Amino acid sequence: MTTASAEKTAENGAGEEGYNFAYLDEQTKRMIRRCILKAVAVPGYQVPFGGREMPLPYGWGTGGMQVTASIIGHDDTLKVIDQGADDTTNAVNIRRFFARTAAVDTTEVTAEASIVQTRHRVPEDPMTEGQILVYQVPQPEPLRKLEPREIECRKMHAYKEYGLMQVSLYEDIARFGEIATSYSYPVMVNDRYLMSPTPIPKFDNPKMHDFPALQLFGAGREKRIYAIPPFTKVKSLDFDDHPFEVQQWEENCALCGAEDTFLDEVILDDRGGKMYVCSDSHYCARRRAEGHRGTLSDSAAAAYAAAVGAADRPSEDGESAEWVT
Amino acid sequence: MSPLMRVHSLSHAFGNLLACSDISFELHGGEVLGVVGESGSGKTTLLNCLSARLTPTNGIVEYDLRGRGLTDIYTLSEPERRLLLRTDWGVVTQNPRDGLRMGVSAGGNVGERLMAVGARHYGEIRQEAEDWLSKVEMDLGRIDDAPKHFSGGMQQRLQIARNLVTKPRLVFMDEPTGGLDVSVQARLLDLLRGLVRELNLAAIIVTHDLAVARLLADRLMVMKDGKVVETGLTDQVLDDPHHPYTQLLVSSVLQV
Repeated sequence: MTTASAEKTAENGAGEEGYNFAYLDEQTKRMIRRCILKAVAVPGYQVPFGGREMPLPYGWGTGGMQVTASIIGHDDTLKVIDQGADDTTNAVNIRRFFARTAAVDTTEVTAEASIVQTRHRVPEDPMTEGQILVYQVPQPEPLRKLEPREIECRKMHAYKEYGLMQVSLYEDIARFGEIATSYSYPVMVNDRYLMSPTPIPKFDNPKMHDFPALQLFGAGREKRIYAIPPFTKVKSLDFDDHPFEVQQWEENCALCGAEDTFLDEVILDDRGGKMYVCSDSHYCARRRAEGHRGTLSDSAAAAYAAAVGAADRPSEDGESAEWVT
Repeated sequence: MSPLMRVHSLSHAFGNLLACSDISFELHGGEVLGVVGESGSGKTTLLNCLSARLTPTNGIVEYDLRGRGLTDIYTLSEPERRLLLRTDWGVVTQNPRDGLRMGVSAGGNVGERLMAVGARHYGEIRQEAEDWLSKVEMDLGRIDDAPKHFSGGMQQRLQIARNLVTKPRLVFMDEPTGGLDVSVQARLLDLLRGLVRELNLAAIIVTHDLAVARLLADRLMVMKDGKVVETGLTDQVLDDPHHPYTQLLVSSVLQV
C-alpha cells in the first residue's frame, strides 16, 4: 500500500508476464488512491472515480477489485470471500487473479490477512487495526429505488434530506408489520451521510459501527468509491417504536454448533429436510478444528466422504449417511 | 397587518419570450387568490416563480417567514427554500403523478413530509396519516394501497392530504381540478373550500375554469399575454368585467 512498495513492484514487475503489478497501471492506481483518500476524509460520501474495464463482467466485483489493486503491495496477504465462503467461484477467481497478477500471498484465515475483499458478508472473526476490508458494491446509491433522478439524489445527500429513506422503512412496517429489509439495510455514517452498506445482511450492520479496520467500498459499474474510517459511528436507520433488530435463528450451526453467527439454509432433500450452517466457511472450519460439534457434523462428514468416494476427507466415525439418499 | 406574501414587479423571460411581466400584488393570511387566463398566458410560470421553483428574471418575491418577517425568498439558500416548500408551503400539481410517489402507499405519501422534518415514531406518523386521509374523505381501508391504483379524484385528494399534513400557511395549486369529471370536481372543490376555511389557509390557485375561481377565490387576477389585465374581488370581476379580455372570458363560459 505504501509508495515504496508500489515503486518496487513497478520495476521488478512481479506476477503475470506482460501485466503491471496488480493488473492496473500505476497512473490508474494513483487516481483511485486519491479517490480513496477523499472518501476516507468524508466518511460515507460517494466519490466518483474513473472506473476501468476489468477482465470480468460488471457485477462480479470489478469495483472491489480496482480498490484492492490500488492498495495492495508485495507484503500484503489477501483473503477473498463471497457470501462468507472462501471457496465459491467469485472468491476463488478473484483470489487467483491477484495471486497471478500481484504474486501476493493469499489466505483463508481472517486474522492473517492484511486485505480482505468481500461480497455480501463481514467476516465473523473480529478484524483489527491495520487490516482493510474491501466491499464489492453493486448499487452505491441507497436512495436509488425511491428517487430515480441522480441530481435530486445528490441534492438530498448534500442537504442531508433523508426523510425519503425513512419512507421505505415505513412501507415495510405498513406491509409486513416489521422492517422487513434484511440486506442492504441503510445506515447513517458519522451522523452525516446516508450510506448503502452493500448487500450485506443486516446481521452485519452492527459490526460496521466502531469497526477497528478501514472499510472501503468500490462500485465498478456505477464508478463510485466510499469509505468508513476505523472507529466511526455507523447507525442503522429505524423508528422509535420499531427499533433496529438483526436476524435470529431458532437453530444453531449444524456443523460447528455456533449460536451467534449468520446461518445459511441448506436444502438436503426434496422432502423438506434442511440444515443451517455458518455462512462464514473459514470461521466454521476453524471451530470444527477446535472440536466444536453441531447436530449434523458427523453425518455431514460421512455424507461428504460418501459423495467424493471416501477420497480426501477423514471420515469422523463412519455413521450412516442414509439421510442424504 | 403585514401581508403573507408580497410580490413586486415580477417578470420572467424564457430567452426572448416574456412569459410574465411586471406583476405586483400582496396576499394576506387566509386569503385565496385566483389566477385565471387562457393557456399560454403565463399562469404556471408565475406560480413557479412564486413557489421558489423558478428564479424570476426580474422582481422580488417576499414571504413572511416564521420568526424572520418578510424575506426575499430568492436570497435564501437552496436547502432553506426546499425546507420552506415542504413545511410552510404546499404545492398541488395538476397531474398527481408530479406530486405523489406513485409506488409508495397512501400512508407513506402522507407521512413523507413528517419524516422529512424528523418524525421517527411509526405509530404517530401512521395516526397522523389516518387523520388526514379521513379529512380528505378517503377510505381508510386503502391506506396501504399505492396511488397508482387510485382513481384520478382520489389521487388529487391524496395529494392535498400530503401537502396539508405539515400544516402549511400557503398552498399553491395549479389546476387542481383539471382532468376530473364534473361530479368529482364538485366534491373536490367542496372539500378544498372547507379545508381552506377551517385551516385558515392562504392559497394561490391557478385555473382556467371560472367556476373553480368563483367557488374558491376571494380575489381574482386575470392574465393575458403575461400581463395582469384586471384584478379585483371575484364577484366584482366576474359579474362586472371591465377589460375586454375579461368580458370575452366571462362570456365564453357555456351556460347549461
